[in-house]
Amino acid sequence: MEFLVASAVGVLTATGLYLVLRLRTFPVIMGMSLLTYAVNVFLFASGRLTIGAPPILQNGVETYTDPLPQALVLTAIVISFGMTAVIVMIALGAYLGSDDDHVDDPAEDDTPQAQPQEDQA
Amino acid sequence: MSHWIILPIVLPAFLAPFIVLAARYHIGIQRAVSVAGGLALVAIAAGLAWQASDGTITLYQLSDWAAPFGIVLVGDRLSTLMVLLTAVLSLFVLLYAIGSGWDERGRHFHALYQFQLMGIMGAFLTGDLFNLFVFFEVLLIASYGLMIHAGGNVRLRAGVQYVLFNLLGSTLFLFALGSIYAETGTLNMADLAGRAQMIGADATAGIRIAAVLLLLVFAIKAAVVPLHFWLPSSYAEAPGPVAALFAIMTKVGAYAIIRVFTIVFPPDLSVTADLHGALLLPAALVSLTIGMVGVLAARKLDRLVAFSVIGSMGMVMVAISLFTQVAIAAALYYIVHSTLAAGALFLIADLVRAGRADLELRAQPPVAGAALTAAAFFVAAIAMVGLPPLSGFVGKLLILDAAYGTEHVIWIWAVVLSVSLVSLVGFSRAGSVIFWKAEGIERPEEAEVTPRPAGLSYVAVGGLLGLLALHTVFAGKIYDYMDRTSAQLFAPAPYIAKVIGTPGKMTRPKPEKVEGTDKALTGDGETDAQPTEEH
Repeated sequence: MEFLVASAVGVLTATGLYLVLRLRTFPVIMGMSLLTYAVNVFLFASGRLTIGAPPILQNGVETYTDPLPQALVLTAIVISFGMTAVIVMIALGAYLGSDDDHVDDPAEDDTPQAQPQEDQA
Repeated sequence: MSHWIILPIVLPAFLAPFIVLAARYHIGIQRAVSVAGGLALVAIAAGLAWQASDGTITLYQLSDWAAPFGIVLVGDRLSTLMVLLTAVLSLFVLLYAIGSGWDERGRHFHALYQFQLMGIMGAFLTGDLFNLFVFFEVLLIASYGLMIHAGGNVRLRAGVQYVLFNLLGSTLFLFALGSIYAETGTLNMADLAGRAQMIGADATAGIRIAAVLLLLVFAIKAAVVPLHFWLPSSYAEAPGPVAALFAIMTKVGAYAIIRVFTIVFPPDLSVTADLHGALLLPAALVSLTIGMVGVLAARKLDRLVAFSVIGSMGMVMVAISLFTQVAIAAALYYIVHSTLAAGALFLIADLVRAGRADLELRAQPPVAGAALTAAAFFVAAIAMVGLPPLSGFVGKLLILDAAYGTEHVIWIWAVVLSVSLVSLVGFSRAGSVIFWKAEGIERPEEAEVTPRPAGLSYVAVGGLLGLLALHTVFAGKIYDYMDRTSAQLFAPAPYIAKVIGTPGKMTRPKPEKVEGTDKALTGDGETDAQPTEEH
């Protein structure tokens, strides 16, 4: 159990980090999602791994699972889900607007007649 | 229990949906509500700061749940000071946004602005690390919307970088929180303080990793080199008033470092004692250098201001990394100064942008209202560079003085003094190219004459500069207050006692009061759980 959870966190994090370091938005967003999955599992494990134990106090029960990390994970899932939606929308807007889905800054134009960066509503 | 302390969070949280739902198509009503909210926020924040000024620590238990279980808001000198600073800055920036018409160039500016304020206020007031994460997210989510306000391809691209970098930061924050919870079993700052001390010298690996992770997260927020890459593009491309409001966001990171590393991992805690000196000081000196060299190297005015923000955060971090009472007091003085100066500079850059084709640092026909804008730029640049007579000089002097006598004094003095010269050259070059050389350039016949910026814009910029002047004139009194604030931070016992000791629901009842239904819950010994508890 411990090995399974630990290796899941490790593999998800490693894959996520690799993808985040790519240059185009789609792999980067995929990597972000994997990283958030990794952190969710990690948070879940931070309350120790217990199987089949109740989270709420009952009479005659000795072992409990920690309910707090579950609440934390729930918050984290909601936030990361919403954030993924936001980044997809912004990235889509940037891609459709400039026909380029690179994440890094475009190469600087050194000529004095550089594109005026006028932003109209 | 007074409810005033939650108002800085609740008021914007109510105003924002009201603006979206009730005043969606009426920019006039939105502006009126927003400004009224801003004024009320300043009044509330001033009241809270006055209440905390004699050293009182105000505790607010949400739903009356006692500290380690419920969420608490804590108002001490530091948090109320930051709340007041945010309220004042946001009011002037709001006036500028209205005066310059930025709020009309896209949708929902005022609603997002209020949500942003809610997040910042919450981050300053909360006494719980996970709650801090949630408020970070609130302020970030609002800032994503504000950052790409009014759209445009360049801004959207910068927005993608900004959001991605901050999502990574949030993930890292969650990893840090998970490690802390796994090590100590609590996330309340006051409770953590006690538990961190109980960790034995033989089991420090986990808590040290957690502390470093937290430091990294806050350093991302504070844009400390090498974690600053999100800042230049996003601040430069964000709308002017939004960038000016963002001047407080880097300070949220600085605040979090000060808070966590005075209460939870204080400098005398042996487990994490050598962290700040070993990690923070070199990074701070490098950010100071890179920021100010960036000022010299920037080819556009907005990037120049963005790099000066990095440099001034480096200066703040130099002071923080010393972690003495004097140094933290100097850092607090400089935080106030640098927030106001950076806010004013972003607004001035926007004033310049209004009259020019772009912000490239080359001679172009004079901007409308050039004399007044140039004067404002001159004053703000003097403040930012740290020349006498303005508060930047006083702040820098305080930091140099705090560094005097420490073992790193040579490094700190050498870097601070030499980069001051570099930034002075950078700002002088920018100012002379934009404002003086412009006089020699003829305006092309076909170019349309841009109108002068509205008077309200100048009121906002002038207000921030006036505050800078006040910050200088009353430097003695303000520094005394910062010193008392710092003293309170370095004596965290009353804070911890207040948070942990105040009764509420779920407190372990006193023996004579053991009765009723919650006996089974409270008697279970959660309150005296050991730090190494295994679940």
